[in-house]
Amino acid sequence: MSTITLKDACKSWGSTQALTNINFKCENGKLLVLLGPSGCGKSTTLRLIAGLDTPTSGIVEIGGRDVSNLPPVKRNISMVFQNYALFPHLSVEENILFGLKARKVPKNEQKKRLENAADLLGLSNLLDRKPAQLSGGQRQRVALGRSIVAQVSVCLMDEPLSNLDAKLRQEMRQEIRALQQRLKMTMIYVTHDQVEAMTIADRIILMKDGVIEQHGTPEDLYNRPATAFTGSFIGNPPMNILTPDIEFMEEFSSMLPPGSTPSYLVGIRPENIVISKKSGLKSSVLAIEYLGADSLLQCQSGEQAITVTVKGKTEISKGDHLKLNWESKHIHLFDGKNGKRIIDSARGVTP
Amino acid sequence: MKTKFKLGYWNHVNGWLLVLPAVFMISLFTHFPIASNLFHSLFSMGTVTRPATFIGMENYVFLMDDDIFWKVLTNNLIYSMCTVPLSIAMALGMALLINRNIKGRSLVRMSFFTPTVLPMIAVANIWLFFYTPEYGLFDQVFSVFGGDSHNWLGNPDTALYCLIVMVIWKESGFFMVFYLAALQQLSPELKEAGLVEGSGKWYYFRRVTFPLLMPTTLFVTVNAVVNSFKLVDHLVIMTKGGPDNASSLLLYYIYENAFSFWDTSYAATLTVVLVLILAIITIFQFIVVEKRIHYQ
Repeated sequence: MSTITLKDACKSWGSTQALTNINFKCENGKLLVLLGPSGCGKSTTLRLIAGLDTPTSGIVEIGGRDVSNLPPVKRNISMVFQNYALFPHLSVEENILFGLKARKVPKNEQKKRLENAADLLGLSNLLDRKPAQLSGGQRQRVALGRSIVAQVSVCLMDEPLSNLDAKLRQEMRQEIRALQQRLKMTMIYVTHDQVEAMTIADRIILMKDGVIEQHGTPEDLYNRPATAFTGSFIGNPPMNILTPDIEFMEEFSSMLPPGSTPSYLVGIRPENIVISKKSGLKSSVLAIEYLGADSLLQCQSGEQAITVTVKGKTEISKGDHLKLNWESKHIHLFDGKNGKRIIDSARGVTP
Repeated sequence: MKTKFKLGYWNHVNGWLLVLPAVFMISLFTHFPIASNLFHSLFSMGTVTRPATFIGMENYVFLMDDDIFWKVLTNNLIYSMCTVPLSIAMALGMALLINRNIKGRSLVRMSFFTPTVLPMIAVANIWLFFYTPEYGLFDQVFSVFGGDSHNWLGNPDTALYCLIVMVIWKESGFFMVFYLAALQQLSPELKEAGLVEGSGKWYYFRRVTFPLLMPTTLFVTVNAVVNSFKLVDHLVIMTKGGPDNASSLLLYYIYENAFSFWDTSYAATLTVVLVLILAIITIFQFIVVEKRIHYQ
C-alpha cells in the first residue's frame, strides 16, 4: 500500500547538517504532521519524501519500495505547496488537469476526474478563472484539486494554510482532514502551527534542529512531552518550564523525587495552576490578558516568569501578590541538562 | 458649485503643467521631426540657385518606380525575417542554458554578453577580417578542409547573409540578458510542482516557461524588428551596401540619399515609408500578440 518509511535519513548541504538520522513510519491512510519551529528541517524532510531533494544517506520508502533516488514523478505522490504553485497563466481547469495531460491520461477520464474534484471542492463555477482572480481559499482548493485528480494515495502538504487568514485556516483544515479521511489518503502535513497539528493529526512528529524531538499521538505530546522543548511547544499558552529555586523547594520539595537535588526542570501547564489562599509559590502579577473564556495572568516569581490561566474575567489586578499551587500529578519533570523527560514511574507518580 | 468648477479647472491646469516638460521634449524630438519630414517629402530637392518648390506626390510616384528602393526593401525584409526569429531563438536557448547550475557559468554568461558591449565599429572590423578572402578566419578554416577562397562580402549572393550572421551573433547576447532576467523571476516552486505533476522538460517548457516568458518575447521582438530597420554602422564599415546594392538596407539607402547624393527631399520620402512600416508592424505586434500574453 502506501506506508511511508524513513530509515536513518540524513541531509546536509556542505557543512550544514539539516537532518540527522530521521526515522519514522507513517501508516497507510493516516495523517502525519511534521511540526516544528522554522528551520527545524520539517520541510526538508517532506522534500526528501517528495523527491525534490535526495537524502545524503539513509532510505526513503513508499509502500515498501525504496524510492530514495527516484524522481518525484515515479514516486506516485501528489503535493500541495506553501504558495500553491499554481500556473498563473492557466485557468483553474488547466491547472487541475496539468498533470493528467502531462501523463497523457485519456480525455474522458480527465473530464470525469475534473468534475469529481470540482464538485468535491466547490470549484465548478470557477473553472474558467485565472488564479489571480481567485481568493486565497479558492487558490488553496485548486491546489488541492490538482493533487486529488492525480488519484495517488500519498499526498504531501507543505504549510498549505500559512497564507490564509485565521478563520479560513480553521475551515480549510477541517476540510483537508475530511477529504483525507474520505479518500483514505496517506498524508504528510508540514506546519509550524501547533494548534493546526493537534486538531488534524493522527500522529505528530515534533522536530527541532534537524532531529525528531518526539513522535506520538497529539495526546501523547500534550500529556507526556518527551522533552522540555515539546512541553513548551505544544499547548496554548505553552507550558511553564521552571527551574526549582529555594523558594520553590520550600513549597514543593515533596513533589520531587526524594533524596536528591540534581538539576531538574519542572514543567507545569498554565491551566493546571490554581491560585491558593493558603500556600504556594509566591508571585506577583505583571500583566493580565483577557481572552473571553479565559484570562492569562503573566506572573513573576523570583527571576522566573509563570503564565497562569483562570476562567473568564478575573478580579485579580496588576501588581497583586498570589500564591500559586498545583497538584503533584500535573508536574512534568525534565532533566536539567538534556531536557529529557524523567519517567513518571521513576518519581513514584502514576499518570 | 462655483468652487467645485474652480477646483476641477485648476486640477487640469496643474496636470498640464506637470506633463509640460515631457510633452515639450517629446514634441521637439519626435513629433516635430515627423511632421517636418512629411512636409519636406512634398517638395523638390532644393539647391542654392533653385529653391525647393512644392511638387505634391511626385516624390512618392518616383519611389514606386525606383528599382533600388524595391531592391533595398526586399533586402531589408529578408534581413528582418532572418535576424529577428533566429536571434530571439538563440537568445532564449542561451538563457535557458545558463539559467542552470553549470560549471563555469559566469564565464559562459560573460562570453555570451561580450558582443553587446563591444563598440559596433570594432565589431564590424573584426568581422571584416573574418570574411576577408584568403587570409580571413573563415577562409583559413575552410582551406584546412581543402576549400576554395571566397570573396564573402564581394559576392552579391553572400554579402547580405554575411551581415545577417554577424548581426545574429551580436543581437542574441543582448536579448539573452532580458530572457535571463525573466527566467530568474519565475518561482522555483512552479518548477517543482511541474516535477511532481510528472511533466517532462519539453512539456513544461511548452506549457509553462514559454507562455510566462511571452511579455519578454514581445518586448524583445519589437526591439529586434526596430533594430533590423535601423542598421547603418556595420554597413558603412563592411560593404557600403554593395556590391550593386546587394547588401544595402532601407536606412542605409536613406542615409546615402540624404548625405551622399544630397537629395534630402527623396530621403524624407523614404523616411516616411520607413516610419509607416515600423508603425504598422509595432501596432500589429501590440494589438494581436498582447491578447495572448499573461502579465504577472
